[in-house]
Amino acid sequence: MAPNERVVMDAQAIERALTRVAHEVLEHNKGTERLVLVGIRSRGVHIAERLRDRIHTIEGVEVPAGIIDITLYRDDLSRSKQRPEVRGTQIPFAIDDTRVILVDDVLYTGRTIRAALDALMDFGRPLSVQLVVLIDRGHRELPIRADYVGKNLPTAVNESVHVRLKESDGRDEVVIARGEEC
Amino acid sequence: MPFTRRHLLGLEDVSSEELTYLLDTALSFKEISEREIKKVPTLRGKTVIGLFYEPSTRTRTSFEIAAKRMSADFVSLSAATSSVTKGETLLDTARNLAAMRPDAIILRHASSGASHFLAAHLDCPIINAGDGAHEHPTQALLDLLTIRERKGRLAGLTVAIIGDILHSRVARSNIFALRTLGASLRLVGPPTLLAPELRTWGEVTTDLSEGVHDADVIMMLRLQLERQGKNFFPTVDEYSRYFCLTERAVSCAKPDVIIMHPGPINRGIEIASDVADGPYSVIMDQVTNGIAVRMAVLYLLIDRAKAEPEVEAETQSQSAAGGMDAPAPRLRRNVG
Repeated sequence: MAPNERVVMDAQAIERALTRVAHEVLEHNKGTERLVLVGIRSRGVHIAERLRDRIHTIEGVEVPAGIIDITLYRDDLSRSKQRPEVRGTQIPFAIDDTRVILVDDVLYTGRTIRAALDALMDFGRPLSVQLVVLIDRGHRELPIRADYVGKNLPTAVNESVHVRLKESDGRDEVVIARGEEC
Repeated sequence: MPFTRRHLLGLEDVSSEELTYLLDTALSFKEISEREIKKVPTLRGKTVIGLFYEPSTRTRTSFEIAAKRMSADFVSLSAATSSVTKGETLLDTARNLAAMRPDAIILRHASSGASHFLAAHLDCPIINAGDGAHEHPTQALLDLLTIRERKGRLAGLTVAIIGDILHSRVARSNIFALRTLGASLRLVGPPTLLAPELRTWGEVTTDLSEGVHDADVIMMLRLQLERQGKNFFPTVDEYSRYFCLTERAVSCAKPDVIIMHPGPINRGIEIASDVADGPYSVIMDQVTNGIAVRMAVLYLLIDRAKAEPEVEAETQSQSAAGGMDAPAPRLRRNVG
């Protein structure tokens, strides 16, 4: 861990938060009927997979899960020095008339979610879209809010939040780093 | 980021990392063409000009569809209906078009090096859509993508390129890229259409059966009847007798061989109809992949230099801090 980082969630806290969110999703939707999970690349995908496992454990139902890549829907393509990498969207089921649970790791300005909603609407017309995020760090620039939040984490603009997951980073933790350019 | 070029003029000096990156990007774009709504907003507000000094159906349509699937505006000009017929030079035409502030110009021209010439004089990205007998990079990229999809790799494959190699810009681009990516080449055709320097690029033979023996890929070339003014072979019938790809010739190749052709096909001259339409043919896959490749090329080349440097520096990678949820006051002001 870098010296300017502080752990705000460890592996156990992440586990507990996701289990709670899974229960909330099931309670709010009264079960799994028409429910589908769509994870936003890249860490949203891992979180969506974990939620699917928990829902399976609780309800015994395998909820369909897909992946959405928002790269082609970003509003800052021409402003980014690094050309973003397109890794593709995989939604192997019809989303018409489904209750889509959109999943991401961090909710910040809302621009990623805006892009994801645009991308999702190109695939069909879901009955509803609900948003799950592991961390809500505030500083919204668009009128977007999450329906299910693992942890609300008030931050300063000059801080950054890093979600590390076993699947991509080898360990589960959420850290807040001070003094980084955002 | 392995691909940072301003133009795509040819594949001769493109590295294996760049080629792989282009192909990977193209592969990810394929999914868009399979959706019900085949359109993403990525290049909204961008203008692409297609400048076609030679007839073209496939390439022009493919570029146009690619641009439109990314929400760019596409304007196509052909020499026959432009001021070229009034004597305007290529440079003057291009300068006038550049003054209309396009974000990319796609050029097809009968003269080798025409796209290099434009790239030297204009600021906007130039994409070579075929220049004389020089190169046709996007055709080669779609061929590579098709081979990689079917075979899972390019390195170690034996690719037989058959026909009018001397005049073929498709062959040249493919030869450069396939060599870079580690494929073995067999170049097959009549001696008059096999230039001496080809021997440095691959195994050369004038015997069709020998050329296709145990080949993983057979890449047929169109006999460019319009470029045969110097009598490179006695008659088309004789060419066909020795170099037309028939089922009998295909039987010498590997059982899982794939057969490619850049189109348009001269049926019965360089390839028999039953082979062109047969089970080994991937010609239609090539056409489909052409759109994905051209989407990737436009995506990677379209002008991004207008970004303010301070804004660029403030944009974080997608994986950290919630991806593009990583604004800065200036970015906020500009993105709106």
